[in-house]
Amino acid sequence: MTTATDAITGKKIKAPRVGAGIPWLGLACLALFFFTVLFADVIAPHDPFEGDLLNITLPPAWEEDGNRSYLLGTDMLGRDVLSRLIHGSRISLLISVGCIIFYGSIGVVLGLISGFTGGRTDMLIMRLADFWMSLPAIIVLFILAAVNGPSAKTIVLTIGIMGWPNYARIVRGECLSLKQRDFVRLARVAGCSNMRIMVSHILPNIINSIIILATIEIGGIIVLTATMSFLGLGAQPPSCDWGLMLAEGRQYITYAWWLVTFPGLAIVVAVLGFNLTGDWLRELLDPKQKLR
Amino acid sequence: MPGYILKRLVIAAFTMVAVLTVVFFAFRLGGADPVAIMLPPEATPKDVRILTEKFGLDKPLVAQYANFMKNAATGDFGKSFRYNEPAFRVLFQRFPATLQLGLAAFFFALLVGLSVGITSAVSPGSLIDRFGRLFALGGMSIPTFWVGIMLILLFGVTLRWLPVAGRGTALHYLMPAFCLSLYPIALITRLSRSAMLDALKSEYVLMARIKGVPEFMVVMLHAFKNASIPVVTVIFSVFGALIVGSVVVETIFSWPGIGRLVIESFFTRDYPVVQVFVLFVTFLVVMLNLAVDIVYAYIDPRIRYQ
Repeated sequence: MTTATDAITGKKIKAPRVGAGIPWLGLACLALFFFTVLFADVIAPHDPFEGDLLNITLPPAWEEDGNRSYLLGTDMLGRDVLSRLIHGSRISLLISVGCIIFYGSIGVVLGLISGFTGGRTDMLIMRLADFWMSLPAIIVLFILAAVNGPSAKTIVLTIGIMGWPNYARIVRGECLSLKQRDFVRLARVAGCSNMRIMVSHILPNIINSIIILATIEIGGIIVLTATMSFLGLGAQPPSCDWGLMLAEGRQYITYAWWLVTFPGLAIVVAVLGFNLTGDWLRELLDPKQKLR
Repeated sequence: MPGYILKRLVIAAFTMVAVLTVVFFAFRLGGADPVAIMLPPEATPKDVRILTEKFGLDKPLVAQYANFMKNAATGDFGKSFRYNEPAFRVLFQRFPATLQLGLAAFFFALLVGLSVGITSAVSPGSLIDRFGRLFALGGMSIPTFWVGIMLILLFGVTLRWLPVAGRGTALHYLMPAFCLSLYPIALITRLSRSAMLDALKSEYVLMARIKGVPEFMVVMLHAFKNASIPVVTVIFSVFGALIVGSVVVETIFSWPGIGRLVIESFFTRDYPVVQVFVLFVTFLVVMLNLAVDIVYAYIDPRIRYQ
């Protein structure tokens, strides 16, 4: 037993448990999520789009009328729910990573410009960011979906346009403090252009924060994209997007509880994984940084 | 202070003009041709021409834009295709239902969020703190629409305790308002907790304690008053969440408000109503921004002199 005594109070201090603070639940959720993403073709027991019309709306295997080969039951077209969930993880990851890369780049560029130039430009960009954040993404989604038609692409475009302010703020903040550091001043003395200082001296120093923010935000984006698909404004049938599966299952809620339960659980597992791990990463890698 | 408010008002007016412009060009250039939507497929070219002239779509784009802005200034945003009534009126008839639900959710969220947030900041690590953190995590990780569906499954389908659709009795409010408040509760709890933790660590709180101010007064008067500044900001995010949430929650619970209206209008291609919804929400956001700016300047005089 490793105990010590506090010199002042005389209380016993316990040494921290090995592995304390590691979000085991979060990591387990993430592991499951990425396992299905990577091996969807191998582990899915059925084709996610091929329906078995002799076995429509079968309950999960452990129910009375369940069938062993359809572990989580089948939907109204006889498609295997489990296989669709497994393949849906890929869509979920693809869409959310697409969104992050899209608005992350906008945010990083604007944040760098804002923090580095300062003055009026800075003020303008930050005012715009404030206003942008208060606009609900869904109204932009309505405009874009009216113009382009609802699709997964429209969702990525919407969130891509709407998501940048958080990134811009964080990057700006880091940029402001890095700007004062000696290596930036020396680079300037050595004759580097503004562009060069931003890209090769400041950017490498904020990569950490950029990645942490991505891990924290991806969970929220999965929820948002699922919500949009649920409303019918995103992925269209026969896609196995989780939000869309919930929307389809909702019509059969009175007798097919498994169609509305499991896709939601899948979303929760993925989001919980990212949220718990993201919080932990932030505290681990960057304890001084406070993200709102 | 009046000069500050005037400056903010001018900015708000410019913002609205910019938004109107974006919406005009997006809908007009985006292929959402109202004539093609309204006419049946067997319409003759003559019908098309008549309707085009009626909407003024044969005029040059600049003239259309000027006309649109002129009409917008007088509150005329065209007729709903589906109801054949001014789109604005259609939206407004449905607005009270949304407002009632939104207010119920907002005050519930404020009550729960603030009390859990403050209590857990005062005694970190306590049972309430742990519960609050769990709830905040859940509010961020569990999609609202799924909670709604699960509630319907449990209380509506299985137990048959609560009505699952529509608006009538007080019981009808329970599930939708609860669902709508989940995300705001998580936001407010998290933010008020961290703001209070910061405030309680400050020197003025230490000073108040040294003076012998009762603990309750220290928490509520000295700490909370200062912690409330960041909490005011969260109203932005709460408002956005309520708008998105109302579209979702009204769809799930068949609530006759503007959220469900806009979804129905979208899928029947009744774009004037969608357009009015977008403009209306933006207008609310701009006004709320203005209000918060003014409240800020009132709470924190430093802001006025920037």
